[in-house]
Amino acid sequence: MTAADTPLDNPSRTFGRAWEDIRNGFRQRDLWGHLGWQDIKQRYRRSVIGPLWITLSMAVTAVGLGLLYSQLLGAPIGTFLPYLTVGFIVWQYILGCVTEGTETFIANEGLIKHLPAPLSVYALRTVWRLTLMMAHNLLVYAIILVIFFGDLTTPGYMISTPGQPQTGLDWTVVLAIPAFFVLAINGVWVALLFGVISTRYRDIPQVIGALINLAFFGTPIVWTPDLLTRFGGGDWRHLIAELNPFYHFIQILRAPLIGNTQSWHHWAVVGVVTIVGWFLALVAMRNYRARVPYWV
Amino acid sequence: MVSIDVWNASVDFPIFDAKSRSLKKAVLGKVGGTIGTDSKIPVIEALKDINLSLKDGDRVALVGHNGAGKSTLLRLLSGIYEPVTGGSRIVGKIAPVFDLGVGMDPEISGIENIMIRGLFLGMSRKQMESKIDDIAEFSELGDFLQMPLRAYSTGMRVRLALGIVTSIDPEILILDEGIGAVDAAFMDKARDRLTDLVKRSGLLVFASHSDDLLMELCDSAIWMDGGRMKMQGSLREVLTAYKGRDPYENLSPEMLARLGVTAGGDSR
Repeated sequence: MTAADTPLDNPSRTFGRAWEDIRNGFRQRDLWGHLGWQDIKQRYRRSVIGPLWITLSMAVTAVGLGLLYSQLLGAPIGTFLPYLTVGFIVWQYILGCVTEGTETFIANEGLIKHLPAPLSVYALRTVWRLTLMMAHNLLVYAIILVIFFGDLTTPGYMISTPGQPQTGLDWTVVLAIPAFFVLAINGVWVALLFGVISTRYRDIPQVIGALINLAFFGTPIVWTPDLLTRFGGGDWRHLIAELNPFYHFIQILRAPLIGNTQSWHHWAVVGVVTIVGWFLALVAMRNYRARVPYWV
Repeated sequence: MVSIDVWNASVDFPIFDAKSRSLKKAVLGKVGGTIGTDSKIPVIEALKDINLSLKDGDRVALVGHNGAGKSTLLRLLSGIYEPVTGGSRIVGKIAPVFDLGVGMDPEISGIENIMIRGLFLGMSRKQMESKIDDIAEFSELGDFLQMPLRAYSTGMRVRLALGIVTSIDPEILILDEGIGAVDAAFMDKARDRLTDLVKRSGLLVFASHSDDLLMELCDSAIWMDGGRMKMQGSLREVLTAYKGRDPYENLSPEMLARLGVTAGGDSR
């Protein structure tokens, strides 16, 4: 081995290069913006109502589940249906980031091997596509909001009875905007980290696919944390929700949108996850960014 | 300043079969001592000991047998593959044209493909929109630009790809052999545009099996063999060594005269 063969001389494995990749990726807004739109247009290319299918399927699922679970859990429809709908919309976004994130680089094999571009472009493409889908789903939220405006703006309303009284919808709804940004920023690291790992180990998408359904039922989306202690028992039951990071991510966006009592501790948990996640993603990008074109 | 520098670079491809690619093997394989997971994966050494320094004005032909590493080298030079050992530094705006079917999306229209490829090559949406007419005119595809790409013939794809890269003024142009698939009339047109482009832009690296094309566009050459650079020199020297005869011998005087103008430095 000559001196030049030592890893020190190989400039591709540095945080500087990983960071440069991410920064250049963000700069190419036109590119990932266009690719993300293209994905949506492509998916609904020959259907009559096109991307409205996103909205429609969300509406059908949310209303159906809302009606069913409000009866199962004995909750008032006026507050439970919006709760479930918004939770489900946020969940779809998180679900997309995790499952489509694992496919980020695998799905872009052709482009990665034929055109030089920062890898982060593909992660941003995935997150931007999901953001656009979320925007379609917000239409359902708007309709729900109009229908149940009275129920949601009543101070002290309960989602499931008996339960915690909620503050009701007011100006704090604007907190949904930073909450969404935080969610999207997390989506990028998820796509980068899981994308790199899944490109190398093709079992990872399957593992995640197997676990993610469980996560859906284990997270307070179709049920409320209030229900955990409905039959008495210790306070430890609250931990079922509190120890689940998905719960905190959903709550920072759901709480302002339906006027739930907001709590800073959700933000704290999300903040920690964001920092740790980005750190891991940067490490993965530093070590394996240059390997991805070889692996896809 | 436009330049490509590659030093001591090698490229190996790990070949993952279904088993070695799975997590199971990586995890369970730990039992019984330290087995480097990579060591069990067969590796193809596609390029070895590449040392190369290209700069403004170089027009390099890449020759060699199938599987000699030409396309891999082109990918290394475009920055798609970073060397596994050694290093590379690329300065300049790169436009590569590889295997023409794969980089483009077959389901979307020619226009959309122009847009996406242009954005990948560092253009903005607005810049690309202003170039679409030019590309349409050059490629002579007309209404076909509205059709999905899967309806195109190979030659039509080449026309589209050449139209895009020649319209955006790249500083480094990297062409793989696929572009031979167009008809003679279009090739004449493309050749003019390419020579023009090569004169203006800094650097061309062109892999091809067609001596005529190489002689028109390039002045120096690299002969790749078994992943190594077997020879580097002027186009005439390298082609003579590679083919075993001087390719300029049998050319008509008109052709030689034309080459004298368009590809000057052959006698270097």
